[in-house]
Order: sequence, then structure tokens, then C-alpha cells
Amino acid sequence: MAKKEYAFYPGCSSQLKASASNYLTSVNSMCKTLDVKLTEIPDWNCCSASVGYCEGGELPRLAINARNFAQAETHLPGQDIVATCAACWLSARESKDRLDGSAQLMKETNEALAAAGLHYKAEVKVRHMVEVLIEDFGYDELKKPMKKSLEGIKFAGYVGCQTNRPFGIDGESFENPMYLDKMVETFGGEALTTYDQKVSCCGGALAFSEPEKSQKQIRDIVESAYDHGAEMIVTPCPLCQANVEVYQSEINKKQGTKFNMPVLYYSQLMTVAYGGSMKDAGLDGQLIRAHKLEEITKK
Amino acid sequence: MSESNQLNTLNQQAVARYQNNFLKEVEDHVEEGQWVKMCMQCGVCAGSCPFGAHWEHSPQKLFMMIRAGKREEVLSTDSMWLCTSCYNCVVRCPRKLPITHIMHGLATYARRLGLVPKGQPTEEFATLFWNNLAKTGRINELKLTLGHYFKDGLISGIKTALGMQSIGIKMVLAKRLNPMEIFGGHGIKDLKGFQAIIAKAREIEDKKHGAAH
Repeated sequence: MAKKEYAFYPGCSSQLKASASNYLTSVNSMCKTLDVKLTEIPDWNCCSASVGYCEGGELPRLAINARNFAQAETHLPGQDIVATCAACWLSARESKDRLDGSAQLMKETNEALAAAGLHYKAEVKVRHMVEVLIEDFGYDELKKPMKKSLEGIKFAGYVGCQTNRPFGIDGESFENPMYLDKMVETFGGEALTTYDQKVSCCGGALAFSEPEKSQKQIRDIVESAYDHGAEMIVTPCPLCQANVEVYQSEINKKQGTKFNMPVLYYSQLMTVAYGGSMKDAGLDGQLIRAHKLEEITKK
Repeated sequence: MSESNQLNTLNQQAVARYQNNFLKEVEDHVEEGQWVKMCMQCGVCAGSCPFGAHWEHSPQKLFMMIRAGKREEVLSTDSMWLCTSCYNCVVRCPRKLPITHIMHGLATYARRLGLVPKGQPTEEFATLFWNNLAKTGRINELKLTLGHYFKDGLISGIKTALGMQSIGIKMVLAKRLNPMEIFGGHGIKDLKGFQAIIAKAREIEDKKHGAAH
């Protein structure tokens, strides 16, 4: 397999000892197996996520995203930007679309970038890791390095919002995207394809500001996974992962449920399937341990 | 009119300038506001919102209210602050309106004019979020969380923090939260350049829409 190289945008939550640090651990292990070289965009900054709109306004948000593009174009020319976080990918792609589509905003953004001696040329492409896996590899290619099957584990594929809307993965529908289920099946797991909370919202950043309303969403997402016989939830989004995993104990406390459903990243499943250890897959970073996956790593 | 908006000159200027043409005002000053007139009132957005049950006015209704010139009602409702940015309305809208962004734009514009209901929790959190990232170039999750818990003062903060303590400890043990972040944490090297970019972008934006503060 030829080595593939990308300008990597890990995002704030993937940093050391941040809420999705185990996502990054597993992505690194997965990419090592796939011979993918991820080079961090030098000195990348926060994308401002969706919730940054209020104090950030329009142009400051576009400008800080363009700063990352300019850094990638300058230091990693010719490489696509690849984000692992759903919010990073969405903010970056949205900014890029808006800038590339408006000469006025492009001019103003470059005026702002000039304050730091930078310039965005509109050359770079912005992609999500899932796109890289599906489009640059494909399911058959991804399966080749598989050493262990995830056989016997039932997964509810929780795609969520921001890797799915408004852009999504090419060829997938917004209402019922199948790629996560296909990935689970590729590695021998059982995908619960009728899981009906697949594209529901977990509340996103409003899990902080509107906890009760968000926890109602999260309750539905977990409850439906149980109803469909799931043993684990798998997701491509770090905010979905954190919200759906972390608040289960809160919901139990307030509403008397007994939720204890592990919530994993696709990259953790793949790392385990590729023969990685518990540590390689970041399984030690779960608040709700994924015992069945841990067992496979020990086999 | 509420107390705060009497003081906001930007709001007074807008009222004087646009008279009864609120749609035009939205088109000129709200992010993606030029799309509002395209709404054909089908209601799919209203039925697609995960927080729909909690909105006083759905996006569909807000769009009609904008066209009907219900300026005060639109800008002072907290409906658009309930947008979770899930984009469900956007992908389902038959006219392909960027509804999520219009909601963000309305919220931001209301804030610029000083018309946001006092204590709106998402306005507070969103402000905290931006200020957090603008300070170091990257989000400091510990300070963001604590800042949110302590937003209403020390006593309620301690109460909330204690309530969430077991989750916090679990996160620290799982190496997904670093208590040492209180002393600094992650950041970017060219902070000066980063902040200069934001300042310049803000200057350009304020020139277009009027300085908010």
C-alpha cells in the first residue's frame, strides 16, 4: 500500500488529556496500520465550532478557519486537510465553501489574515477522516490488514449530526446513512441497521447550556440502542461520544434508569480489529468500559 | 421596549433607518438573512427540530414574523438561541435555506442590538466558549466547564461542580480531563498573530454592521 499523506487537523478535544484524547490515540494506531502519515497543521487553532457564532460573528470565525488553511497551504502544500472532529470538519468546510463562493468575504478574510502575515489561496481541500477511509481506501482495502474479527458484538451506529449534515459523506443519505454500519460489518461486528436514533441530535454544545433538554435527547439515543439489542454504540463524532457516554450516569441519577452503554469511536473498533492493544485503541479512556472489545484485544 | 435596548444606540439607529421594513434590515445585517424571503411556509423545519417542542417561535414562524415586521418580538425571543446546530432543518428544507445560519445570524444580531433576554444560558455559554478559545487559540476544556458552572456565582457554582464531581473524577482518571489546565493548558505559539487576525476581522465586520459594544 502506498503511503498516503494528509495535513492533519486534530482539534482541541483530541489534545493530550482532553475529552477525546482516546479518539486521537486510536486514530494514530489505525493510521499506522494503514500506512497513513498525518502531519499536524503547524500551530493550528480552534475552529470556533458552531457555538462560537455568538461572540465570534461571521468574519472572525471565517478568518480563524482561514488561518488554518493558510498554514496548511504554506507548510504542507498539496496535502488535503483531514479533520477527525465533526465540528472541526464542519466549521472548516463551511468556512471554505463560504470563502470560495464570495469574492467579498475572501478579500476581507485575507485582509484580516494579513495582520499575521498570512494569505489563503483557496487551494486546499478539507475532508473528514471517514471520507479518507471510504474514498481513498474503501471497505475492501480497509479489511485487508484485519487480524481479529469483532464477531459477536452488536453495535448501534450513531452517526449524529455534524458528520452527516449538511455535507455528509458522498453517496449517503441524510436520513439513513449506511457507512458506519458497513464499517462495523466490514470488521465482523453485527450492525443494528434499524437503530432509529442514528441521526438524532445529542444536544451538541447545548448539553452545557440546556442540560435537561439535551439529556432528553441523550436518553432517547441510549434507550433506543438498548431496545435494538445493542451492546455498544459507535460514533464518528467526539461531541456525540462525550455527551452520550458522560451523561448516562447523570440520567441514571435523575431518572432512575440503569444505563451503562459503552460509546466507542469507529477508529477504536478498527484498531482492535487490526490487532491493537487496549491502550492502542484508547479503550482505557472509556468512562463506561467496553469489556467485550477489551476481551478481543487479549485474544 | 426593555431597559437594555433603550441604551443601545445601534438599535435606535436601526429602528430609525429601516422604519417598518424589518425584512430589509434582516437582509442587510443578519448572516444569510437574504434567504428569509425565500421561505414558502411549509413547516418542515418546525417539525424537524430536535428542540422544536421548546421553541416559542419555530424558524418557519420567525421567517413569517420577519416579513410581517414583528421586529421586537423576533429579536427579543430566545427561540433562535435553542438551535443546536444539528442542520436537520437545512437538509430537509425544500428551498434549501441555510436555516441554522439564519438562526445563528438572528441571535448574533439581537445580541449586537442588546435585545437578548437576560441570562439566556446559550448566549452565556457561547460567549464563554469564544472568549476561551480567543485567549489561547485553543479551547481549555477545564476552564470552559468551570466557567460555565460558576457563571451564576460562587455558591451555585460549587453546588453544580459538586453535582458533577463524580463525572469529573472519572474523566481525570480516564486521562480525558487535566486538572492542571487551570494553570494554562494548551495554546498556540503565534497567539499575537491569531489575536491580530480576530481584531482585524472584527474591525471590518463592525464597519459593515456597527460596533456592538
